[in-house]
Amino acid sequence: MNNLRGIYIIWYRDLLRFWRDKARLITTFVMPFLFLVVFGTGIASSMMRGTGDSGFDYIQFMYPGIIGMVVLFTSMMTGVSLVWDREFGFLKEVLIAPISRTAVAIGKALGGATIATIQGLIMLVFIPFAHVSPSIGGIITLIAVMFVVALSLTSMGILIASRIKTIEAFGMVAPLMLFPLFFLSPAMFPTQYLPAWLGITVKFNPVSYGIDAMRQAVLGSQQSAMFGIHLFGFRMPIILDVVVVILFGLIMGTLAIRSFRVQE
Amino acid sequence: MTKIIEVEHLVKRFGDLVAVDDISLDVEEAEIFGFLGPNGAGKTTTINILCTLMKPTSGIARLNGFDVVRQQTEVRQSLGLVFQDQALDVRLTALQNLNFHAFVYNVPGSLRKKRMEEVLRMVELWDRRKDEVRNYSGGMRRRLEIARGLLHYPKVLFLDEPTLGLDPQTRYRIWEYIIKLRKQENITVFLTTHYMDEATVADRIAIIDYGKIIALDTPDALKSMVGGDIVTLKSANTEAAVAEIRDKYNIEAQHDGHEVNFEIQNGEEFIPTLVNNFRSGLQSISVRRPTLDDVFMKLTGREIREEAGGFEVMKKQWSMRQTRGGGGRFR
Repeated sequence: MNNLRGIYIIWYRDLLRFWRDKARLITTFVMPFLFLVVFGTGIASSMMRGTGDSGFDYIQFMYPGIIGMVVLFTSMMTGVSLVWDREFGFLKEVLIAPISRTAVAIGKALGGATIATIQGLIMLVFIPFAHVSPSIGGIITLIAVMFVVALSLTSMGILIASRIKTIEAFGMVAPLMLFPLFFLSPAMFPTQYLPAWLGITVKFNPVSYGIDAMRQAVLGSQQSAMFGIHLFGFRMPIILDVVVVILFGLIMGTLAIRSFRVQE
Repeated sequence: MTKIIEVEHLVKRFGDLVAVDDISLDVEEAEIFGFLGPNGAGKTTTINILCTLMKPTSGIARLNGFDVVRQQTEVRQSLGLVFQDQALDVRLTALQNLNFHAFVYNVPGSLRKKRMEEVLRMVELWDRRKDEVRNYSGGMRRRLEIARGLLHYPKVLFLDEPTLGLDPQTRYRIWEYIIKLRKQENITVFLTTHYMDEATVADRIAIIDYGKIIALDTPDALKSMVGGDIVTLKSANTEAAVAEIRDKYNIEAQHDGHEVNFEIQNGEEFIPTLVNNFRSGLQSISVRRPTLDDVFMKLTGREIREEAGGFEVMKKQWSMRQTRGGGGRFR
């Protein structure tokens, strides 16, 4: 009981802070807008072959990848907020409370995942820009996928944050984790034309499966068939994509809780 | 009398460093217990162990009857803690900070509002309850932390250097609250400080140095360890002055290069005799009652403030704030 209450209040505090931070809500729009409208248009107009004969233009292709980007980067913010709490002392108030460290870590992960999902949802306002028309079922699937991806990545953020003690260090390490995860995924380019070494790296990146699942949810599984990830000659269906992400999340979550528990 | 804190042979090692070296003590219910010593003496480490934030290397500690290693949740529920460094969420309001605490410590929903109002009124922050804490001054933040520490009616309130870096007026008011509290709530207060004048508020004081308790008694009993009043004088020739005092009065005076100190009963009556016959070029002289500083000096041969240095601490806090501010761009 104690721990459920603890999970709830830690989740609630993160949302409260998010809600009070209006600047963060507004800046959420800027980066995706730049990527979709400026970067996307630029790429689309200079490289026609990009998406082949799939029937999608580059911006349509990229749109689910941008949602993935927002979820990925926002999830990592959970790690930042944990390091922040440590530097500003609030973490002590949490660690001394009569709730277990496991509950603290879970509450933090759920809070970060909820915020990342909300940020991802906000991206739906770009649907008219992207000229995509996902079904209702597709959007519901997308929300579920976003939450699962976010939960896995916030767990990873907590794992890193439990090892790194200063904001400065986290600010240096986080991009080193984020950019490979982002660029070595099908977020910005279709993977079927990649050279072998790069194509394999993409398959080892758990984020790839999250983004593939989001793309299938937004563009439709059949329609986006040619962008899919192929493992052992089979194209990954959305459900297996999600399973990969969940497995990754379970490993990260376990390590995060363990790492978080041992600190004094 | 009930023993609320029991500590037996507590040891904490960090590698080769023995931070807490075989400490034993008991604290009675509703007592104000002072933990006094220079920075790095082991005060905060001891508190961290009592509050379950650290595990002892060996020894036993019980709080409110609960073992601090095996019954962490019960111990945590029994204590309130005001940290040396601030532990508030500065982006939230005072009420939101308290609400978080009330929730975590399972203050029943029906009591939550009443309690929050009660503690905020006590520390005179009720009017500012909806302000973000980042707009609070240092003294207001400390008062809010004390209010928060009391919100769940703990059995023991730990105050780790509760007035560090605060101005004298604020320090005085915080002490008023603490004394009022003890009377009202029958609460036990365990405090650490290196301000000697503050420690005299305590019913009993443990003086700790290099991880060991070197004295434990009431402030008056500790002061009586110093043999009488303290006479301090300055002379043109310090060495000669010490020699003269030794030869004439058989008193072993100490000096630190420019000041000479010695203890004597009935200091006021002794001074005229001394001054009239003094040959070593007397420049100034004063007499005062012994303080806990003198007790520490007597016990260790060192001044507590050498290590505690108000200015150094201020500088450290200031530079810490700078680094924190510098991190702001990552938000």
